[in-house]
Formats: sequence, C-alpha cells, structure tokens
Amino acid sequence: MRLVGRPAASWARLIVAVGLTLGALSVQAQETLPDELVKSVTLEVVSVIAKDRDIQAGNRQKVVGLVEDKVLPHFNFTSMTALAMGQNWSKATPDQKKRLTDEFRILLVRTYASALAAYRDQKFEFRPLRAKPTETDVVVQVRVLQPGAQPVSIDYGMEKTAAGWKVYDVIVGGVSLVANYRTDFSSIVRDGGTESLINSLRAKNRSIAATAEKK
Amino acid sequence: MTSAVLIERIASARMIFAALVLAMLAGCATQVGDTVDPLEPMNRAVYQFNDGFDRAIAKPVGSAYRDTVPVPIKDRVRNFFGNIGDIFIGANNLLQGKFADGASDWARVLWNTTFGLLGIHDVATEFGYEKHNEDFGQTFGRWGAGDGAYLVLPILGSSTVRDALGTVLDLKTDPLGHARPVADRNVMVVLRATGQRADLLDASRILEEAALDKYAFQRDAYLQRRHSLIRDGVPVAPVAPRSGADLNESLSATVSQDEQSPHVPATDDVVTSASAVGRL
Repeated sequence: MRLVGRPAASWARLIVAVGLTLGALSVQAQETLPDELVKSVTLEVVSVIAKDRDIQAGNRQKVVGLVEDKVLPHFNFTSMTALAMGQNWSKATPDQKKRLTDEFRILLVRTYASALAAYRDQKFEFRPLRAKPTETDVVVQVRVLQPGAQPVSIDYGMEKTAAGWKVYDVIVGGVSLVANYRTDFSSIVRDGGTESLINSLRAKNRSIAATAEKK
Repeated sequence: MTSAVLIERIASARMIFAALVLAMLAGCATQVGDTVDPLEPMNRAVYQFNDGFDRAIAKPVGSAYRDTVPVPIKDRVRNFFGNIGDIFIGANNLLQGKFADGASDWARVLWNTTFGLLGIHDVATEFGYEKHNEDFGQTFGRWGAGDGAYLVLPILGSSTVRDALGTVLDLKTDPLGHARPVADRNVMVVLRATGQRADLLDASRILEEAALDKYAFQRDAYLQRRHSLIRDGVPVAPVAPRSGADLNESLSATVSQDEQSPHVPATDDVVTSASAVGRL
C-alpha cells in the first residue's frame, strides 16, 4: 500500500470510500440472513482453529475463549434454558432463572468448545435456507462431510430477535441438544426442585473446570 | 459389532434370541406404562458393566490405536470395513424401498472394491456416491415397528427391542462373520471394533462433559438419533418456539399435558410440542 505521498484529494476519496463501506457493512450486519450468519461464523471459527497451534495442541482455555468471542453472541441462552426446562421454567423465580441460565451457559460453552476441539479438517456443506422472508423461526442446515463416513448434519434452530438472528437449539445428527437436556433437567427438578438442578449444574461445571486445569 | 466373536463364544444365536424374546415380553408387559425405559434398573446395571469394560479395555485400546496408528492407515482400515458394511447397507435400503439409495450403495461397493483396491480407498465418495447409514433395526423402523423398550445390551450398548432384533440379523449377515480361518476373522473383528471405538473417542468425551446423568443423556441421544436415522435425517422440528407469547403458550400446553402423565419422555415431548405448533 503506497498511500504515503498521494495528493490530499485521493486521501479524502479513500476515507469516503472506507466510510461508505463500513456503513454498508453495519447495515448488512443487522440484516444478515440466518444461513449466511451460520456460514460466516462457522468458516471464521474453523479458520482460526486451523491456524492456531495452541488449539490444535489441546489448549482448551483458548477454544473456550474463541467460542465466547465468536459464537456466544449468536446464541440466545435464555431461550435455550427455558426450552430445556420445559414446564418447570414458569415455576422458577426470576433469580433462579438467571442463575440457571448462567450455569447452563457455562456448560454449553464448554461442551461446544469440546466439540470444536475435535475438529480436524472436515469439510462443510451449507444448505441454502428455504424459508419465506417473513418467517421468524427457521432451521439452518449444515452438513459436515468426512471421508469414509456418512455426513453428519448440524441443524441450528434460530429465531429472529431485535438483536438479529439467534440460535436456540443445536441438533447434531438428529439429536436436539435442548430436547436431550429436557429429560436430564426434569428428572432432577422432579426429585429435588429447581435449586437442586442449579446445584447439579454448578457442580458439573466445577468438575469440568477442575479436570481441564489438570490437563 | 464389537463382540461378534465374543457373543458367538458366550452364547449361541438361539440363546440370544430367547433372551430377546424374554426382553420383548418384559417390554410388552411394562410398555403400557408411561416411560420409554421400563427396564431402567436392569439397563443401568448393564450400563455400569459396559462402562467398566470400556474404561478397562475398549477405551484404552481405542486411544492407543488413535495415538499410534498414522491417519492414512486409519482411513484405510475404516474404508475397508466401511466397504464391507456397504453391502448390507445397500440391502437394507432396498428392503426399505429406497432403490436409488440401494443402487448407489452397491455402486459404491463396486467402485471401491475395484478402483479403491479392495475398499481401502473410498473413491466412490469422490465419484458422488455418498455413504449411507442403514441397518436392520432401521429397516424394521421404516416398516413401522416402534422402538419397544429401551435396552442396554452387554458390550454393544444402547439399543431397543426393535434394534436388538435388528442387531441379531446384522450380526448374522455380517460378511466378516463368515470370514475364515476363524483366527483371521477374529483379528478383523477386533480391528474393526478398535477403529470404531477410536472414532468415538471425541464423542464419548463430549458426552462425559455434557451430561448431568450420563445414562439418561446417552439413552435420550440414542433414541433421538435412531428416530432421525429411520427418517433419513429429515429434520425433526426443533423443540418449540421461542420468545414471548408463543413460548408461554406452548409451555402452558406442555404443562397441561404433563399433568396427565408426569413422566412423558423427552422425545415424545419434542414431537407433541412441535406438532402442537404445526411444525412437523
């Protein structure tokens, strides 16, 4: 870039151009379609992993950081927790809801990081979304291709919110994460109430953190 | 598949069949109840045993295999056994009336056995023939058989009455089972199982980290996975809608349902709440 020494007029034009581009980008960010969002985030995260030697060597803390930076902002954890709680959600106090969401979020981030750490060099196939523009609740389909094995589908249940499209369920190979937690949660709540579930989640998070530190 | 040899040694297929019929009767007897897992106490005991076996033998062997065998070799081993598996994957697709898929599976066998040098290279995928996942349990499911009670089989793990019957046929038709001499067959069966366990190391680690109750988490994941496979991945609508009035509505709908039967299984939950909002 040999911009130094160019006439002032060129500079001005350049600045205007940059300003216009940024403006266009921020407008785009608000209107990013859910399938495009999934694609760009996936490719971005994967390219970071492919370049990062620490992550490849098993640095879990760094993967967690990556998930928190790039992936988390696109998840709606309150929705996920509410759905995983099922009918018990409405029985929880606002304070319990908050603590539940916080603990569940930690667990999900670690699980997601753990899954990402297993990424080798699989290819992705992004399916274009077949949904009407008016829809506010869609399923974005991605397939992970791997040699010698059946492709694995990853479907994202996404909802339109004021802050853009947010993920509220991840369905891997037909297994909905939220549905799976629902039985887990409901049996604990049935036996010991919501507090007992919060405690189980907290204990689980602590034990994962402890084993992660040992490594 | 893990224990084709083991099972053949421990018991004749006839004995397994008798055990399955018993299990099925037990299943029928209690299925009227309100849970997918009427045999939970027995299943948990078997699960415990399997977990011990896995920790002591399968997982260490699988890890050693993953860490010592070079990737190209592992790929070839996987492809070789995958090619053998494609024969009956194709047969099952045909039995399910999916003729194009079945033909594609057998085209895979043809290409991979020849150009792929007895299956060690998966050239068919590059030619556009995608690998499928089928077995007799899925065929029975496609024909309309329900799950039956959830079962944990010794060594083989998660299953259902329907899938266990399928597994009996899978084992009987397994081309590897007919390989001779027996010593060679045993080596191949163990090698295949080792590779399969190695491929599952990441998944089992994730399960370990994600689940509050590993047994229940694995059971529900298995049942969801099988339902998805039987439908060939046609996506089940995600759990329920989200924000605002929608969410409250569907949650209150779930409450009224659950008051009638407090132990509605999660998988049914998904279906009922999803169809309640007309998403299926």
